Amino acid sequence: MQERLKELQQEAIQKIEQSSSLKELNDIRVAYLGKKGPITEVLRGMGKLSAEERPIMGALANEVREAIATVLEAKQKELEEAAVLEKLASESIDVTLPGRPVKVGNHHPLTRIIEEIEDLFIGMGYQVAEGPEVEQDYYNFEALNLPKGHPARDMQDSFYITDEILLRTHTSPVQARTMEKNQGKGPIKIICPGKVYRRDNDDATHSHQFMQIEGLVVGENIRMSDLHGTLEIFAKKMFGEDREIRLRPSFFPFTEPSVEMDISCMICGGHGCNVCKKTGWIEILGAGMVHPNVLEMAGYDSKKYTGFAFGMGPERIAMLKYGVDDIRHFYTNDVRFLKQFSKHE
Amino acid sequence: MFVSYKWLQDYVDLSGVSAVELAEKITKSGIEVEGVDVLNEGITGVVVGHVVERVQHPNADKLSKCQVDIGQGEPVQIICGAPNVAQGQKVAVATVGAVLPGNFKIKRAKLRGEESNGMICSLTELGVEAKVVPKEYSEGIFVFPQDAEVGTDAIALLNRDDEVLELGLTPNRADCLSMLGVAYEVAAILGREVKLPEIDVQPVTEKATDYITVKVEANEDNPLYAAKVIKNVKIGPAPLWMQTRLMSAGIRPHNNVVDITNYILLEYGQPLHAFDYDRLGSNEILVRRANDGEKFTTLDDVERTLTSDHLVITNGTEPVALAGVMGGANSEVTSDTTTVLLEAAYFTGGTVRKASKDHGLRSEASARFEKGVDPNRVRAAGERAAYLIGKYAGGEVLEGASEVDTLTVEPAVVSITLEKINNVIGTNLTVADVEAIFERLQFAVSSEGETITVTAPTRRGDIKIEEDLIEEVARLYGYDNIPKTLPIGSATPGKLSDYQKKRRIVRQYLEGAGLFQAVTYSLTSEEKAAQFALEKRDFIRLAMPMSEDRSILRLSIMPQLLEVVKYNSARQNDSLAVYETGAVFLANGNEALPEEQEHLAGAITGLWHSHSWQGEKKAVDFYVVKGILEGLFAKFGLTESVTYVQAKVDNMHPGRTAEIHLNGERIGFVGQVHPTMQKELDLKDTYVFELSLKAVLEEATAALRYEAIPRFPSITRDIALVVDKETVSGVLKDVIQQAGGKLLKEVSVFDLYEGERMEEGKKSIAYSLKYMDPERTLTDEEVTKVHTQVLEALKTQAGAVLRG
Ligand SMILES: [Zn+2]
Repeated sequence: MQERLKELQQEAIQKIEQSSSLKELNDIRVAYLGKKGPITEVLRGMGKLSAEERPIMGALANEVREAIATVLEAKQKELEEAAVLEKLASESIDVTLPGRPVKVGNHHPLTRIIEEIEDLFIGMGYQVAEGPEVEQDYYNFEALNLPKGHPARDMQDSFYITDEILLRTHTSPVQARTMEKNQGKGPIKIICPGKVYRRDNDDATHSHQFMQIEGLVVGENIRMSDLHGTLEIFAKKMFGEDREIRLRPSFFPFTEPSVEMDISCMICGGHGCNVCKKTGWIEILGAGMVHPNVLEMAGYDSKKYTGFAFGMGPERIAMLKYGVDDIRHFYTNDVRFLKQFSKHE
Repeated sequence: MFVSYKWLQDYVDLSGVSAVELAEKITKSGIEVEGVDVLNEGITGVVVGHVVERVQHPNADKLSKCQVDIGQGEPVQIICGAPNVAQGQKVAVATVGAVLPGNFKIKRAKLRGEESNGMICSLTELGVEAKVVPKEYSEGIFVFPQDAEVGTDAIALLNRDDEVLELGLTPNRADCLSMLGVAYEVAAILGREVKLPEIDVQPVTEKATDYITVKVEANEDNPLYAAKVIKNVKIGPAPLWMQTRLMSAGIRPHNNVVDITNYILLEYGQPLHAFDYDRLGSNEILVRRANDGEKFTTLDDVERTLTSDHLVITNGTEPVALAGVMGGANSEVTSDTTTVLLEAAYFTGGTVRKASKDHGLRSEASARFEKGVDPNRVRAAGERAAYLIGKYAGGEVLEGASEVDTLTVEPAVVSITLEKINNVIGTNLTVADVEAIFERLQFAVSSEGETITVTAPTRRGDIKIEEDLIEEVARLYGYDNIPKTLPIGSATPGKLSDYQKKRRIVRQYLEGAGLFQAVTYSLTSEEKAAQFALEKRDFIRLAMPMSEDRSILRLSIMPQLLEVVKYNSARQNDSLAVYETGAVFLANGNEALPEEQEHLAGAITGLWHSHSWQGEKKAVDFYVVKGILEGLFAKFGLTESVTYVQAKVDNMHPGRTAEIHLNGERIGFVGQVHPTMQKELDLKDTYVFELSLKAVLEEATAALRYEAIPRFPSITRDIALVVDKETVSGVLKDVIQQAGGKLLKEVSVFDLYEGERMEEGKKSIAYSLKYMDPERTLTDEEVTKVHTQVLEALKTQAGAVLRG
């Protein structure tokens, strides 16, 4: 009997090891460990044994069962793992195929430039002021020290609607309106972006509609040195820390003294190239101390208050920054152009 | 203004300062030098030659065979094609080995069988602009005066060994429209002296007043008129140095008298005019306003019709010049002129501007009068011109001038405190520093304590107020030397307004949804201005548009945005999603400014969703665009406030368009562009929306409050309803929501069936209803009770029955 059990154990283990599927393994389990299996049968014959022999034989039978069960479990685990691997292998895909595109649009390049400038000045305590694109002659010219018949009005041929109403030629009327609204009190720190219009034929460098962004600071102790410092921060943040700035005297009817600012050429680093016309410098904005006539007309005491203003063209900045060669691209809205401005830099 | 570096040295010592260095200094102290032109760049080996013999080329009609002495022993043979080459001339010869502009190298050559050792040059071949070459040399070679020395450098003799600074002058610096003005500026920059030009007239005893009387009827336009007379003048070429200086400054030489008036124009900035005294037809000059309709032929032989806005110089009856603009053909100096009447006058800017604009005659002279000449330099300019005419045209200058002078010239006297200067600039200058700057400018300056008083010379008419003095100090101190500081004083909060913040959110949202931002023009055509307008208003037209296409302010963004779609579609970008935010302009009558309403418009066409290799494709439809808008309104908490109403909108598909209502008010539309218009524009199906962004963003958004996450389960009941085809989902949903009460948390459509299995005129629409109580678990019975009410309401109010 004892031998029979040993034989069964050996026979079962051999079969388990040879089995190659979970089903086969299950059949073995039923065959050897089931209620109708040979071990149970052997135990059924235990009645013929003596009382001393019976527990020994019972223990042995259990040992055999356990041994078979252990091997069986190990084998089962092995087969299961193999099955999983096989399933995974059958599920494999080509990871080099392109992914599902996520459709995302982006800002127009001019908006991108304007928001960048807005954010820069917001960080310095400015607010964003906006005003009408159709303006009164008064705010567009007269309040800015450009009375009717002033020769400098020739500098900006305008689209008039009536004798007194026109499409604004710059965003400066927003400054005039803001000052007027503040009723002779400071401080004012604003940045004014927006569309402006001039009688120009559209070509690679001219557009009858374009953007402008201007800044204005009015207070009791605003100095030209403050303008200098502010413009330097702007230039370095906007065009890179290694940019140099150069201020030159200029003329605008609404500022005195007036300033033009150049930055060292970002293309050649100041050595001279075609973009900077071999000078190493690129003109980037006009600025100056607010003309006392402008302050007085807006209700400020020019003895007490001073201010500075500056203005620039987002198109020009975008053209320089991104190397765009034709201003008309900004208004044609070819998506092949627009989508190039999605990248963060 | 073109400034010759060599010429400038007549007035200021420029030693130790190259033209390029000078340009840099001038630019940094206020006048932009736009370029420095090196006149002899790329030219070598050009000498003065003497044509000792000229014969016809044996084999070519149009060529001459010349023997030219170039100062190197035997004359050399040169073949020349110029029609004006002649024996005895002194000419410019590019010798063998010479280089001319454009890297043109002169080599020994054979021309039609004859040897040629060099080239006789025209001025244009030497780099002179064709428009300034004297007429007699414009078709051929240039001929030097006989005293030119053979073998010497022809380029130097032509003053081409020079550099020309091109000044970009702002309107306030008209003083630098003259060499003397530039000299004062440069002297101030360099801290050097100004040498004034020579005037050394030896008048004859006859007086100008014996020859001419001057009357001015329009004193306001012409407060000063001085007439000088020079007799026994011989008209001929001006000296070569003068001609070359004129050419370098961009003026074509004519004859000695005309050239001298132009030379003085450049030197003093004072335009002069020379009349042929004998052709005047009277002994009188009368300056008056023209009569309306008066005819006058200017010296360019164009007959002009004048008005009373125009000032004319007359001989007492007939006009002889359009004041400050152009002389008349009837009194022009010719080669026969012997007595010259020289006009030196002050005409006001306005009158000259009007005349030059009306007649399209912008000249060097009119430009200077328009910007204002120095009233104190008028007579000196006349004297200097008379002196030069005496010297270079062999004339005799009569004593004095016949004048009318009602001009009062008072130089501007401006006082300023040192404190003001330092406060505005942000510097720590002393009184002595400031005084030194004004002395360099040759402004009279005095000080009392810290108050500085400056008398600006009349040549600097731009100096009027304290700030003008501050600018002079700042620019000569050097803008770059001004410290860099930041504004001090009370802090201001830097931020966007709520409206501006929300506008940025709109942009980010739409871009996140796949739309690209476009920016289009505000001006449009009459045809487009009327399309898609939310509000019909009168057109706002430009008084003087540049074209019909850009003549009216837009009432809607849509037409322009559809142009963008069209443009891109025509370039194979046929799946496109764009949006724009911007003002539309609503007229408010003629007197008031229009109302500018910010709109948001979008257009989507082609495939909304596609995945190439997986073969998935989904074209854009109404619900794609509506979904985008719903997401946008949800962003601002407006989901409940917005409704969509089936509507007919011009140029939109009548069955696929909804008006968008915000709190019951129409603010825009969404739908498909009308197929007729799509066809006109050559578009595929295009879905669009436009709405008043202003209306959306000005709507107050409620504060964000957290809502508890439900702790109790919900119970969902799905129902499929059969309704009339015309019944819209929105109505059914309203009925369900009303009947469902507060236990009904959500209603959503999950199926729509209009197929053939339905009875004629019916459709099936299925909803999922979610019931929930946040406080407890609902029982089946409670839900059934409410649900039964819902079904009942659907039946009675919308005729909807459960699908069997
Ligand atoms: Zn460069």
